[in-house]
Amino acid sequence: MSPHSPDLLRISPDDNVLVAVRTLEAGALLEIDGCMIPLGARASLGHKLAARDIAPGEKIIKYGVPIGSATIAIPAGGHIHLHNMKSDYLPTYLRGKGCVES
Amino acid sequence: MNTQLTGYLRADGRKGIRNVIVVAYLVECAHHVARAVAAPFGESGVHVIGFGGCYPNAYADRMMKALCTHPNVGGVLLVSLGCESFDRASVEAVVAESGRPVKTFVIQREGGTRTTIDAGRKWITEAQTALQDVPRVPMSVAELTVGTICGGSDATSGLTANPGIGRAFDLLVSNGGTAIFEETGELIGCEDIMASRAATPDLAIALRESVEKAARYYTTLGHGSFAPGNAEGGLTTQEEKSMGAYSKSGGSVISGLIKPGELPALPGLHLLDVVPDGEVRFGFPNINDNAEIAELIACGSHVILFSTGRGSVVGSAISPVIKVCANPETYRHLREDMDVDAGRLLEGRTTLDELGREIYQLTLDVSNGRTTASEELGHQEFVLTYKFFEPSGPACHPTT
Repeated sequence: MSPHSPDLLRISPDDNVLVAVRTLEAGALLEIDGCMIPLGARASLGHKLAARDIAPGEKIIKYGVPIGSATIAIPAGGHIHLHNMKSDYLPTYLRGKGCVES
Repeated sequence: MNTQLTGYLRADGRKGIRNVIVVAYLVECAHHVARAVAAPFGESGVHVIGFGGCYPNAYADRMMKALCTHPNVGGVLLVSLGCESFDRASVEAVVAESGRPVKTFVIQREGGTRTTIDAGRKWITEAQTALQDVPRVPMSVAELTVGTICGGSDATSGLTANPGIGRAFDLLVSNGGTAIFEETGELIGCEDIMASRAATPDLAIALRESVEKAARYYTTLGHGSFAPGNAEGGLTTQEEKSMGAYSKSGGSVISGLIKPGELPALPGLHLLDVVPDGEVRFGFPNINDNAEIAELIACGSHVILFSTGRGSVVGSAISPVIKVCANPETYRHLREDMDVDAGRLLEGRTTLDELGREIYQLTLDVSNGRTTASEELGHQEFVLTYKFFEPSGPACHPTT
C-alpha cells in the first residue's frame, strides 16, 4: 500500500481508489502512489481518484470489493467517475442524458 | 447511558413512543377533505396518510391496517368518498379490534365537503381527549423497533452516516432491540457478504434470492435505485452506492427477512424486502424514499434513522425521522433540517464508535419524546402505491 496525502482516504487496504475527504481544488499537489501529482481538475468531497494506474477493463475496488470496471486507462491520480468506469450490473441514469452505457 | 424508556400502552399490548391520530383518506378524491380535517390540529399530533388509488390492492390494504394499528397511533379517522374500492369496513374492524377509537366518514353519505370536514374535526377533538387517558408505562429497549433508510446519498454517506447507523444498530441489537434495514435494490453487489451473516443457511439463500429478484426487477425497468444527485455526489455505480448503503446494517447476525406490513417475529436485525414478487407490474418498487419509510413503519418501526449526504429534508407521518447528515458541507448548508452531524468524522472531530453511541442515544431520547428536526418543521410526508407481494416463506423467519 503506497503512501498518500491526508486529504485522501483509502477505505480498505485492497482499494485501487482514494476518496477526497474534503473538496480539493485543481492544481493541488497530492501524494498518490508515492508520487507528487498535481490534481487535474477540482475533486469534490467524496469523489474518487485512482490510487495507481488502472488498465481498461480492470475492476475498480472500493470498500475492498468491486464497484464496477474501468472503461479506459486511468492514470494514478485521475478522477474516476462516469466518464471512465461503468457498473457491472445496471446502467447509471443521469438527468437529461439518459442512461450512461459504455 | 440512560436506557429507560416510557411508552404509550395500547389495548393490544404493544407500546408506542408517540400518541398520534391518523386521518386516512381511502382514495385521492377524499384527500382534500382529509387534509382539511387535520389542518387545525397540525401541531398537535394529527397526521394525514392515505391511498390514492380507486382500485383494490391487497398490499395497500395490508399496509393501511398495519399503519392504523401501529403502536405510535392512538386513534384513526377514515375518510372515504364512498364509491372507491378500498374495503373501509375491514380497516375499521381491524382498528376497532385493536382497542383504538376509530370512525369512518363517507363524504357521499355525510352530505359533502364542508359537512364532512366539520364532523371530522369534531370527532378528532373528542378523540384527543380520550387519548390523554392512554396509560404511560415503562418500556425497554427490547420493545423498541428502529428502521433505517438512506436517501439523497452521496459518496460521504457510505463513509460516515451509514457506518455510524450500523454501529448504533449493533448497540440496539446487543441490548435486545429490533433493527430493520431495507432496499434490496441498494444491496445489489453485496449479496455474498450479506448472505454470510444470515442466522441460518436457508435464510442465507432467501437473502441472496431477494437481491437477485431486485436486480431482475430493476434490469427490466432499465433503471436502478440511483438518482442523478447520487452521481453528482461522487457515486458512480449501483454497486458503489450499495456498498455504502449496506454499512447501515452494522455487524450483527441477520435474523430474518420480512416484507412490507410484516412484523419481525423475534428481536434482532432484519432485512425488509421492498421489491415486489412476480412479474414486473405497477412500475417502480418504491417511487421515492417516503414510500420506503411508510413500509419500515408498517413493519413496526417506532423511529426511523435517515442517512443523507446530499441533504434530504423529509420526515414522516406516524414515526419520527432522525436525520443523520453524512456530508459536513451539507450539514453546514442545511443545518435546520439535520439532527446529527456525522460528517465531522471526515474532519477528524469524532470517531465511528462515538458517532454510533451518539446516534443510539439520540434514538432513545427521541423515543422518550425529544422532537426531531423534521418533526419541529412539520414534515409528515407519506406515500402508498400499488404493489404485489407473496407472503414470505418459513426460511425467512428462523425461530432459533
